[in-house]
Amino acid sequence: MVVPLPYILGLSVALFALGAIGVLIRRNILIILMCLEMMLNAVNLAFIGFADYFKAVDGQMFVFFVLTVAAAEVAVGLALVVAIFRQRATVYVDDLNILKW
Amino acid sequence: MIKYAWLIPVFPLVGFIINGLMGKRLSKTAVGTIGATMVGASFALTVAIFLEYLKLPVDARPVEIPVYTWIASGSFKASVAFLVDPLSLVMLLVVSGISFLIHIYSIGYMHDDPGFPRFFAYLNFFVFFMLTLVGANNFLMMFVGWEGVGLCSYLLIGFWYEKQSASDAGKKAFVVNRIGDFGFLLGIFLIFWTFGTINFREVFALAAKYPVGSGIITAITLFLFVGATGKSAQIPLYTWLPDAMEGPTPVSALIHAATMVTAGVYMVARCSALFTLAPISMMVVAIIGALTAIFAASMGMCQFDIKRVLAYSTVSQLGYMFLACGVGAFTAGIFHLMTHAFFKALLFLGAGSISHSVGGELDMRKMGDLKKHIPTTYWTFMVATLALCGIFPFAGFFSKDEILFHSLVDGHLMYWGIATAAAFITAFYMFRAVFMVFYGESRVDPHVAHHIHESPKIMLIPLMILAIGSATVGFVGFPIIKGAHKFKEFLAPSIIYSAGHHEAHYSISFEVGLMLFSMAVAVAGIITAYRMYIKDTDIPNKLAEKYKIAYDLIFHKYYVDEIYDMAVVEPIKESSNFLWQGVDVKVVDGAVNGSAGLVAWLSSHFRKLETGFLQNYALAIVLGVALIVGYFVGL
Repeated sequence: MVVPLPYILGLSVALFALGAIGVLIRRNILIILMCLEMMLNAVNLAFIGFADYFKAVDGQMFVFFVLTVAAAEVAVGLALVVAIFRQRATVYVDDLNILKW
Repeated sequence: MIKYAWLIPVFPLVGFIINGLMGKRLSKTAVGTIGATMVGASFALTVAIFLEYLKLPVDARPVEIPVYTWIASGSFKASVAFLVDPLSLVMLLVVSGISFLIHIYSIGYMHDDPGFPRFFAYLNFFVFFMLTLVGANNFLMMFVGWEGVGLCSYLLIGFWYEKQSASDAGKKAFVVNRIGDFGFLLGIFLIFWTFGTINFREVFALAAKYPVGSGIITAITLFLFVGATGKSAQIPLYTWLPDAMEGPTPVSALIHAATMVTAGVYMVARCSALFTLAPISMMVVAIIGALTAIFAASMGMCQFDIKRVLAYSTVSQLGYMFLACGVGAFTAGIFHLMTHAFFKALLFLGAGSISHSVGGELDMRKMGDLKKHIPTTYWTFMVATLALCGIFPFAGFFSKDEILFHSLVDGHLMYWGIATAAAFITAFYMFRAVFMVFYGESRVDPHVAHHIHESPKIMLIPLMILAIGSATVGFVGFPIIKGAHKFKEFLAPSIIYSAGHHEAHYSISFEVGLMLFSMAVAVAGIITAYRMYIKDTDIPNKLAEKYKIAYDLIFHKYYVDEIYDMAVVEPIKESSNFLWQGVDVKVVDGAVNGSAGLVAWLSSHFRKLETGFLQNYALAIVLGVALIVGYFVGL
């Protein structure tokens, strides 16, 4: 059976919105990173949906790129989290306001 | 030879560069030799050019020697070029000759001064500018020299700058001169605006087309005369000259007696073609000259500082020269300028020699009976004094008598009366000085008394040469009977009269009678001084007590300095203070600081946007993306 495109896109948008809200309102960096992954995967889902709909492989190809970038991003992100934790002994962004002068 | 005239000012410039840059590393002998030799070279070259000029056929005169075009902009053209004509030759000879002697004198006089190389550098620099001033063929180049001598005058008055009074006097001279220079500059602007050129000969040729008394020429000449009153210390800008005596004595002799202060007279004579077209200006020149002559002479009567007596005498004699120019006797003015350069330089150098002999003292009340101690200084000083008083046959007699004569026949009885009165006072104060310094009882400080010594030869030889000059130079203006004489004939091509001018002739008995009268006046002055300062030395004190108000007035120089302070200096200070504290600090600084303050105030509010929380920034990004996407999607 074929899932119609609007359903796929609806799920994708829901996932993306959840991820974005998670990034904006959660205070734990690990959860923020996870939400970020969720946003990326929401985009992946949209790609897959469109690829299927248009019967083209371009979208599927992009997904691999996004997965690669996501993997790299997580590696760097987690490394940063570890580094920050070692220095400040916290993973909560409330305590990390040194971006202000 | 004549085409090398541009070298005349170059020699002293070379001397200035050598002494100015390397003087400290050279020995004093070398510095003095370079300084004097360079000016001597200028003098020698001037003499050679003078002799060659005399041999030139009349239609080949005057000679203009272009060096290069300095400024060429549209119709405006200013070149560095020299004009060799009788007037500039006379000035070049006087300036380079007297400067040479004074340089030699300075080697002895300044020998123990730590600033020796600096002194010679400045002195050479001065000679360079002075020769530029008198050699120039256009107004702008003359102005360059004019400003340059002003600068050197400032540097040399304040030569002993660690002395407060000297640096103040330098500043005063500079500022007062600036007022005059401004007038001169306006005059030059007006000349260019009117004639479209600043070359002397072109301007004078064009001016001939204007009617006598035309407004624009009157304005030009009055502006030029303002410049002359500044540089030549005439009323109302004379106050700087007496204070300028703070400088070393050779400077007073060279700059403030013989050369620089006569630049105004030279300029007026140079512009005779313009001045004769403006009767009003001529009258102003004559009145200012006559008033200055008597006014300054009266102030000289009560001074005790020998150099100040001479300074007031200089102001007064410059007044004579302007009086001569004002009544149209330009040659008489230049003649007096020349003779005055000799005897006034000699008087100053003599005063230097006197003060040298009594340990630097300048107060005449602490001198007396110096005649037998410093005989050479005495007789040279005496020659100069007689020349200044106008006693036959010394130089001053011829020139002063000529001025008196012309002020009567070409001017007005009043000019003559004032000038004659000033001549009486001149004789009086000069012999007062002579009697106080050389005769009577010695009032010298006992510590100094047994050290009194004659100056070294290097100082005395210039004195002697100048004394010979003071005694004989007047004969170039002999005979004065029947209008013309050699000097006048020589100068004639440089002096351009308006069309209506004619040489009047007067009977010999009239001229001789006037001469005898002016001599009698001078002798009367001498006798008065003799009675007051030799025979009965109580008279001056009694007179001072009897006419206390008048004496106080003269002694305090008519309070002119105080009046200027009150009327000009203080208001300017006050208004400057207001401009500083009121306008600059409050308005200008207020605007600048205010705009900075506004930015700071705005920033203090905007910076609250920068929370430092990661998620605030993320929210901004999300909202931004939403906006952009919304825009493109067409919501």
